[in-house]
Amino acid sequence: MSFPWAKEYTPANPVMKFLDEKLPLPRLVYNAVGAGYPVPRNLNYMWNFGVLAGFFLVLQIVTGVILAMHYAADATVAFGKVEHIMRDVNWGWLMRYAHANGASFFFIVIYLHIFRGFYYSSYKAPREMVWLLGVVIFLLMMATAFMGYVLPWGQMSFWGAKVITGLFGAIPVVGEPLQVWLLGGFAPDDAALNRFFSLHFLLPFVIAGVVILHIWALHIPGSSNPTGVEVKGESDTVPFHPYYTAKDGFGLGVVLILFAAMVFFLPNYLGHPDNYIEANPLSTPAHIVPEWYFWPFYAILRAFTMDFILPAKLWGVLAMFAAILIWFFLPWLDRSPVRSGHYRPLFRKFFWFGLIPVMAVLFYCGGAPAEEPYVMLSQLATAYYFLHFLVILPLVSSFEKPEPLPYSITEAVLGSDKKAVLGENTTPAT
Amino acid sequence: MIRPIAILVGLGFSIVVLLAFVTGAYTWATEEAQPTAEHEFHLAPHGPEGGFAHDGPLGTWDVAQLQRGYQVYKEVCAACHSLKYVAFRDLAGLGYDEGQIKAEAASYQVPGIDPNTGEATFRPGLATDYFPSPYPNAVAAAAANNNAIPPDLSLMTKARHHGPEYVYSLLTGYGPIPAELKQEFPDFETPTGLHFNRYFPNLNLAMAPPLTTDGQVTYADGNPQPTIRQMAADVAAFLTWTAEPKMVERRQTGWPVLGFLIFATILAFLAKKQVWSSVTPGRKDD
Repeated sequence: MSFPWAKEYTPANPVMKFLDEKLPLPRLVYNAVGAGYPVPRNLNYMWNFGVLAGFFLVLQIVTGVILAMHYAADATVAFGKVEHIMRDVNWGWLMRYAHANGASFFFIVIYLHIFRGFYYSSYKAPREMVWLLGVVIFLLMMATAFMGYVLPWGQMSFWGAKVITGLFGAIPVVGEPLQVWLLGGFAPDDAALNRFFSLHFLLPFVIAGVVILHIWALHIPGSSNPTGVEVKGESDTVPFHPYYTAKDGFGLGVVLILFAAMVFFLPNYLGHPDNYIEANPLSTPAHIVPEWYFWPFYAILRAFTMDFILPAKLWGVLAMFAAILIWFFLPWLDRSPVRSGHYRPLFRKFFWFGLIPVMAVLFYCGGAPAEEPYVMLSQLATAYYFLHFLVILPLVSSFEKPEPLPYSITEAVLGSDKKAVLGENTTPAT
Repeated sequence: MIRPIAILVGLGFSIVVLLAFVTGAYTWATEEAQPTAEHEFHLAPHGPEGGFAHDGPLGTWDVAQLQRGYQVYKEVCAACHSLKYVAFRDLAGLGYDEGQIKAEAASYQVPGIDPNTGEATFRPGLATDYFPSPYPNAVAAAAANNNAIPPDLSLMTKARHHGPEYVYSLLTGYGPIPAELKQEFPDFETPTGLHFNRYFPNLNLAMAPPLTTDGQVTYADGNPQPTIRQMAADVAAFLTWTAEPKMVERRQTGWPVLGFLIFATILAFLAKKQVWSSVTPGRKDD
């Protein structure tokens, strides 16, 4: 693991020496996120989002555990319990708003992290496993967030749960029994609420486990970088601490300012007013919409409006799941030897003028009512989405002449890399 | 092998969704859009002139207005609408002291148990009790109101887009069906038992106009004049408070938090610059 020039952990303090002999936990941390982990020196701010995602995972677990102390997963009292937290629990409003907006920020950060991966092809060898584990984390996050949104037992909680579990009903033959089994009944009620609460409490710890694997897998080849050129020597890297701890600290500050602005001044902006109405199985909301972070996939689900061999609903469900599952295959679909979008003129055009605007359209249409022109827009965007990942990405490298790559990271940063010739040691002093 | 399969799958999904697009677009282009009265004549909610005291990131409660709004709720809305998430003790937030709260609670009869016989009965409210519902249960509420259950008002202003403005607009938005609407939609009629209101999504609302005359509620110090608009604004402000009694506290906590974070972030930026100064000689943009 890591590069030969990685600094070795040498404890001076006798207590740390003792600990290092018996249980080398400080050594592990030192090599993972300390001075013992050499990182490319040219990472831009798009590389901040991994650490930020970790921060929001911890924030969600801490606020969530506190909220769970004051909540009860019983359909008759759940809604009132949330109001109890908002009104009577000391700082309960802060915990709840931080948790609700924390979920949104977790997704904002994760989407940026994923799209960083798309642009810089972070999924390519030798980091395939990092990418695969990342997609697993994203799927777990979506399941966790969906179940968490059901817990306040408002109108959108109930109807969202009904619509999403109803998707399983589209599966031929086993669909309806499967849906009843998942919900523990014919519609969301106590059984569903209780199991969702249980799983909502469990899954974040599963996520934390997969995050550890994600970081472990990352540290074998080391971090990628904006040039996509692999580390060639010591002058290409700086130790994680203090260089990237300092940079991540600044990034965290900026994100926390935005987060605090939302929590304290616009805490319900990203939510839906209907969720302040208690769940009522007899009254369907005018427009059922999931939380904003599901909108692109909800738009894909609703884009399939025509029966074609299979029923439209089944097409929608297949496409929605496929939209994420295809990410698992990216390392083998994109065969360009060049990683970074910076040096891939054609790929870059498809990214900025294809994928990004299409994602924006899908985001917008997923939150809009299922009316024209939103349905037509999401249909065009959905078509491009699948073409982009499954047709354009596999083929584009055959038509593309990559721009010349720098010899090394050092050359990209400094303009020249004499070290490559002289073997000079340029590890910077801290 | 994986790429040809991927290309087929990608083309498959795209073709199916594009077929749906073509059919949808054809229908959309050939079918006349049917305008509806709800769509054309529904109005977006607006607040009272000058807005509410609690508007904006620096807004605070106008305690006198909240007290007036509470009076409007008590004398008008409470006839049909419950306020079940608000306890009498919460009235401290409206500037009432302990004695006033106890007296206020005692003026209500809440469901209780007779200590001698164990029978269900009523007793005077305590500060810890919640506002009692005007109806014993949902069936009674529906039966008394033409099957339209009056919703609980505790969270009303959070349960609608632009809640406080919505409450204000709805209370002041009753009126006859405008001539233009009748002209454009001759068939439009408000069903018996419903009431025309341009701020309600389908224009026909089960609630009869609750505020009908100026001076319906007599304000203690006679100031301001209890016009319909004034009463509507006051009760909308009160319901903003019931929906989130901690709203102002939340914002007032937010300012120092933001101040601290901005300060800490500036320090973090300077620290980052300092740490990186040794390795960034005119760092080229990557």
